[in-house]
Amino acid sequence: MMFFLEVLIGGLLAGVMYALVALGFVLIFKASGIFNFAQAAMVLFAAMFMGGMHNDWGLPYWLAIPITLVIMIGVAWVIERVVLRPMVNQEPIILFMSTIGIFFALIGFAEIFWGSRSRTLDVGIPSDPIFLGDMLLQSYDLITAAIVAALVVGLVFFSQKTRMGRVLRAVADDHQAAQSVGIKLSTVWVVVWSIAGLVAVVAGIVWGGALGVQPVMVDVAFKALPVLLLGGLTSIPGAIVAGLIIGAGEALAEVYLGPIIGGGIDSWFAYIIAMAFMVWRPEGLFGEKIIERI
Amino acid sequence: MIYRESGQFKKTYQADQAILPLRQDRIFLILVLLVAFLVIPFTASNYVMNSLLLPFLIYSLAAIGLNILVGYCGQISLGTGGFMAVGAFAAWNLAIRTDLPMPVIFVLAGLITSGAGVLFGLPALRIKGFYLAVTTLAAQFFLVWLLQRPWFNNYSASGVISAPDFHMFGWSIETVTDRYYLSLIILVVMALLAKNLVRSATGRKWMAIRDMDVAAEIIGIRPMPTKLKAFAVSSFFIGIAGVLWAFLYLGQLEADAFNIYTSFDVLFMVIIGGLGSILGCFLGAAFVVLVPIFLNIIPSALGLPLSTAMISYIEVFIFGSLIIFFLIVEPHGMARLWSIAKQKLRLWPFPY
Repeated sequence: MMFFLEVLIGGLLAGVMYALVALGFVLIFKASGIFNFAQAAMVLFAAMFMGGMHNDWGLPYWLAIPITLVIMIGVAWVIERVVLRPMVNQEPIILFMSTIGIFFALIGFAEIFWGSRSRTLDVGIPSDPIFLGDMLLQSYDLITAAIVAALVVGLVFFSQKTRMGRVLRAVADDHQAAQSVGIKLSTVWVVVWSIAGLVAVVAGIVWGGALGVQPVMVDVAFKALPVLLLGGLTSIPGAIVAGLIIGAGEALAEVYLGPIIGGGIDSWFAYIIAMAFMVWRPEGLFGEKIIERI
Repeated sequence: MIYRESGQFKKTYQADQAILPLRQDRIFLILVLLVAFLVIPFTASNYVMNSLLLPFLIYSLAAIGLNILVGYCGQISLGTGGFMAVGAFAAWNLAIRTDLPMPVIFVLAGLITSGAGVLFGLPALRIKGFYLAVTTLAAQFFLVWLLQRPWFNNYSASGVISAPDFHMFGWSIETVTDRYYLSLIILVVMALLAKNLVRSATGRKWMAIRDMDVAAEIIGIRPMPTKLKAFAVSSFFIGIAGVLWAFLYLGQLEADAFNIYTSFDVLFMVIIGGLGSILGCFLGAAFVVLVPIFLNIIPSALGLPLSTAMISYIEVFIFGSLIIFFLIVEPHGMARLWSIAKQKLRLWPFPY
């Protein structure tokens, strides 16, 4: 029983990290209806700049992280100018493909700067084992969960209490109506992509600290996608809850099911959970109900 | 002036429904086929045939398969790599475990892939759009994982197995020219099949589902058989492409070779070439196969002192940027550019 709880809690905490990446997807999809495949590349991009600046240039983290944030805002601005603005009113699939283009361009750009060598990214989150009764937990996971909780609270505060937040919700609700009351969509998109950039920086710190910074880090995207699907493409709480479900399910499956059907099932298990669930409820846990009219 | 249709009258229904109603188009196609069959094998070097033409032909076939699903039936799929792997492994296992003749094995491998496609296409009856696209990733990851189980590799230690030598109708496939001819023949036959299929009642039903599935259902098109048929036909094409990829191009099988990036590459071909166009598949495949090779050659041709690692980073960057550029300039793909060019040519040089 103790072992089961340990696995379960470890899985839940891993799920928090998936949720963090899924959060970036949801923010952009809500505000602009774009399925942003490049979110994972943004995580890698941020992590490589932080790691590179710290390890190669010797900058301390308190300087490297704000600089990276500024760079991410620049990236958001460039994406809006170069990609989104000329492609207004294109079909969703074309926009989706263009974010795959952004995915490659960002990775290529980061590699031109920093090469593909693996780096450490240790901003000083302690990783000691903590015993809770008889249960063994990692302090790193707990602190990560706290950071993510703080980030979500911050985002909720931003979207509920500030003027810009209200603007974002208006755009998410109805583009045309928002435009007609004088909201500039281009500004909103830069803001949304910058917030996604901020989420990517946090995700980069957390993932980079756990696994090291290297190009295979983009594979976290393939972990975050089923989370996104299960939670519903438009729901922030959905991303968190689904992250927890998938993280726990995956950890339990690897431990209890893995020995029976062979190892490495974590590459697809989350997808099968999401797929089975979607057949029952096609809009995910908390997604907007899909209504079709002719 | 050269390219015009005046004076070409259609006197029978048959002529009216021809695939290529214009004489110029027919002449052009015959010329292309003549070059492909008679000129290229004798002039192209082994390098060109092996690393340019073979991938181009096989990718074109995969792109046609995916275009049937995405471009004609409107169901986005990211599982292409997984289905290619199913085709390849099905053919290999049939070849070493049975004595069936090779053409039968090819068709059976295609049919097995169709089965896998239908299985993973079932959720499409409930799930739509991006939700479906991400769901098809389940096929990609699950199938590749499944094919890495020891039984499928015949318990080979390394997981990499070489494709068997084989022959068809007494023609043994050995040299690169043989492999080129075999891919070309299969591609031409299947492209013709696809072209006719999308002009048929089935193809029209697919397009109705693509344009608006609820409306299509109301006018009496049953969504389930129609969508599943698209998954089956598309997977059949992709499966055959997988067999060719493993047997003729790589010469070995490894499930990891058919990873998620293969799926993306094929989807790029379809989008850059043009959704809902068979010609577009060829143009898209040419683009995706050729651009990385050109990007690789250019720096050394210009004499820039760059390390190979740096070249590969720049290549990734430029490839991504080119995709964005292309989508901005012509979101309907190269097939659209081609039809615009034809429209211009009809009037040229007297536009009034």
